[in-house]
Amino acid sequence: MPEPPVSLARSRKHRGVVYINWDRCKGCGFCVEFCPPKVLALADSYNAHGYHPPHLTNEQGCTGCDLCGLYCPDFAIYGVRVPVEISEAEVKAHEG
Amino acid sequence: MSTLPMVEPAINPVEPFLRTDRMPHIWCPGCGIGTTVNCFARALVESKLNLDKVAIVSGIGCTGRVAGYMRLDSFHTTHGRAIPFATGLKLANPELSVVVYSGDGDLIAIGGNHFIHAARRNVDLKVICINNFTYGMTGGQVAPTTPIGATATTTPYGCFERPFNLPYLAESSGAVYVARWTSFHVRHITRSMVEAFNKKGFSFIEIITPCPTLYLRRNKLGDSLDTMRYYKQKSVIKNGANTKEVEIALGGEIICGKFVDIERPTLGQSMSMQLSKSLGARYAAPGGR
Amino acid sequence: MKANPAGVLTGAHFLDGDQACCEGALAAGANFAAGYPITPSTEVVERFAARIPTVGGLFIQMEDELASSIAILGAAWAGKKVFTVTSGPGFSLMMEHIGLAAMTETPCVFVDVQRGGPSTGLPTLPGQADMMQARWGSHGDYETIALCPNSPQECFDLMIDAFNLAEQYRLPVLFMMDECVGHMTEKVVIPPADGIEIFPRRFTSLPPSEYKPFKPGTDGVPEMVKAGDGYRFHITGLTHDEQGYPAMNWREQEKLVRRLVEKVRKNTDQIVRYEERDIEDAEVVVVAYGITSRVALRAIQMARAEGIRVGLLRPIVVWPFPEKHIRELSEKVKAFVVVEMNYGQMVYEVERCAAGKARTELVDHGGGTVHEPEDVLKAIREVAR
Repeated sequence: MPEPPVSLARSRKHRGVVYINWDRCKGCGFCVEFCPPKVLALADSYNAHGYHPPHLTNEQGCTGCDLCGLYCPDFAIYGVRVPVEISEAEVKAHEG
Repeated sequence: MSTLPMVEPAINPVEPFLRTDRMPHIWCPGCGIGTTVNCFARALVESKLNLDKVAIVSGIGCTGRVAGYMRLDSFHTTHGRAIPFATGLKLANPELSVVVYSGDGDLIAIGGNHFIHAARRNVDLKVICINNFTYGMTGGQVAPTTPIGATATTTPYGCFERPFNLPYLAESSGAVYVARWTSFHVRHITRSMVEAFNKKGFSFIEIITPCPTLYLRRNKLGDSLDTMRYYKQKSVIKNGANTKEVEIALGGEIICGKFVDIERPTLGQSMSMQLSKSLGARYAAPGGR
Repeated sequence: MKANPAGVLTGAHFLDGDQACCEGALAAGANFAAGYPITPSTEVVERFAARIPTVGGLFIQMEDELASSIAILGAAWAGKKVFTVTSGPGFSLMMEHIGLAAMTETPCVFVDVQRGGPSTGLPTLPGQADMMQARWGSHGDYETIALCPNSPQECFDLMIDAFNLAEQYRLPVLFMMDECVGHMTEKVVIPPADGIEIFPRRFTSLPPSEYKPFKPGTDGVPEMVKAGDGYRFHITGLTHDEQGYPAMNWREQEKLVRRLVEKVRKNTDQIVRYEERDIEDAEVVVVAYGITSRVALRAIQMARAEGIRVGLLRPIVVWPFPEKHIRELSEKVKAFVVVEMNYGQMVYEVERCAAGKARTELVDHGGGTVHEPEDVLKAIREVAR
């Protein structure tokens, strides 16, 4: 079973996480184009093959919808929804 | 303050289906085939098929390589003959869910005869046709799906042959499920595949995909991303459309959707019905093994 | 193991070669056939189509020979015992898939009821001009096994051997009949099922994590598997490694293809079969196969009556060719007279193996009918002089 590599985007309100297989990416740009919250961009750095893999530009925006994973022709990225627990205070603030 | 949950390491949904020891695959940057494979993997999960009973058969070509990358009972057969091989496999073991995953040249040109007969007979096969309008593996020759005016290595001055309208061909040959999507329509593709897996009979899904290295480049259509944007812009979903009217012209509108979804007995069913009727108690059904 | 009685039509019958061939397949346990009509072979599948639904199995007429020849391979990988039947023009169409069967080591039987050729030729009349095609017809290096019956009884008996050889060596076996043997009607005795020995398919007992579809045993033959059992195996016509994965480099090519040819070459002594008559004191040996061997026998009778010491060598397994035996005979006899219904095919093998130690004469024939015994007698006289 492969390891989940590289950056886990974490923040207060994130609802999704992307996993990126740095070496598989061939820089086609589909994930960047079709990410609904537009939180992916091709990185400045590049992998061993010379391609620029994506990275999350706004960690809070990822919804974990996995459209990037569906589009990726190289199986180099996938998104996972993460259940986010809401505290009582936040519920009250919302209802109030 | 919300508590941050521990994120369990997750696996790419396609990964359990890949022969990871054979990665990376041979497809070009931006090739549409890989996108459809993601849909295929998710569709297999969603349809809850017993994966030990799923067999995948491919022919020759770039799409023909799909079988080799899938961790299923997989068969990489000869050019054009995936469908008759799959027919033998399915007839011999009706418990198998047999998927034919191949390209437009393989399935429709050299494989054309087998395609129409399998559809006519309604062999219970799920045929996924990746249509990139060219013969990619061999360098970009004209295919029976290449639009008029498009350049290919064997029609260097522009294709002059009217291409097949694949959904129309499939429907008129007798397919019970006919759908067309582009590789932009990832969720629709997945749904169509699930429907096809759950359906009995000859199910045909055409998926229009970019071939950046050959078809797009030779026709100055930009790169794959440009083509995906074109799919998004110029595709029109018309479920139930008349398949006669879904021809594709170069740079034109692409009508997508589920066009046909009917029921009729499969080859296996009609064979055993007829033989039982004629032979009565003397009929010895083939038996799975 | 013994034959399954369901397919064995025990008794004494009056059958032609085509019908006997079908019964042989059924007795061997064939439970899947795909075919396409072509004279003079059609009766084989017609009978199978009529018989198999009450025996337990399947027949399907496919849209052409290309489809038939690969549909059987699909069925074989789902665990069935398979064969297809054709004649010259269809044999040519099936060549790609004979090659695929050889490359993927798929056990199967291809029957060619030879007719006059080339091209459309003489659909209803005999020929024996596909013999070299049986050996070399598909592209690339491979070896197959080819059998040649000379009577309806042999059409029955040797079909069982053909299936057994296919299972033992995991390859396509060719059954080279001719229109004469196919359409002649003679007594065919079919024994009870427990009198028929079947070589069972060697399915692996290894778990999926250990099984490799192309890892040979000590005899050079890998174990078999079938789809649906959880092995998740991969089969390809590309040059592949033991796992079945494409491995397109010269090292794997050498490893794989050498093993494919050696499967037969190293086991030739066990596979070769021939019949000999009056050989012990022979000065001249007539080499003939199929229907021609029966004409040759008549000529030999006539020659013996004239005092010529002549015998018959009839290859029953024509490929692999009985090289060793020809070489041995060439030390002892004056000449070989090769009689075949073509303009020279197996004669080249005889000549090659005789290596000049014995003279090799050809009595050829374009096909369309059998030789006249007198023409064979003339040649025998000529070389015996």
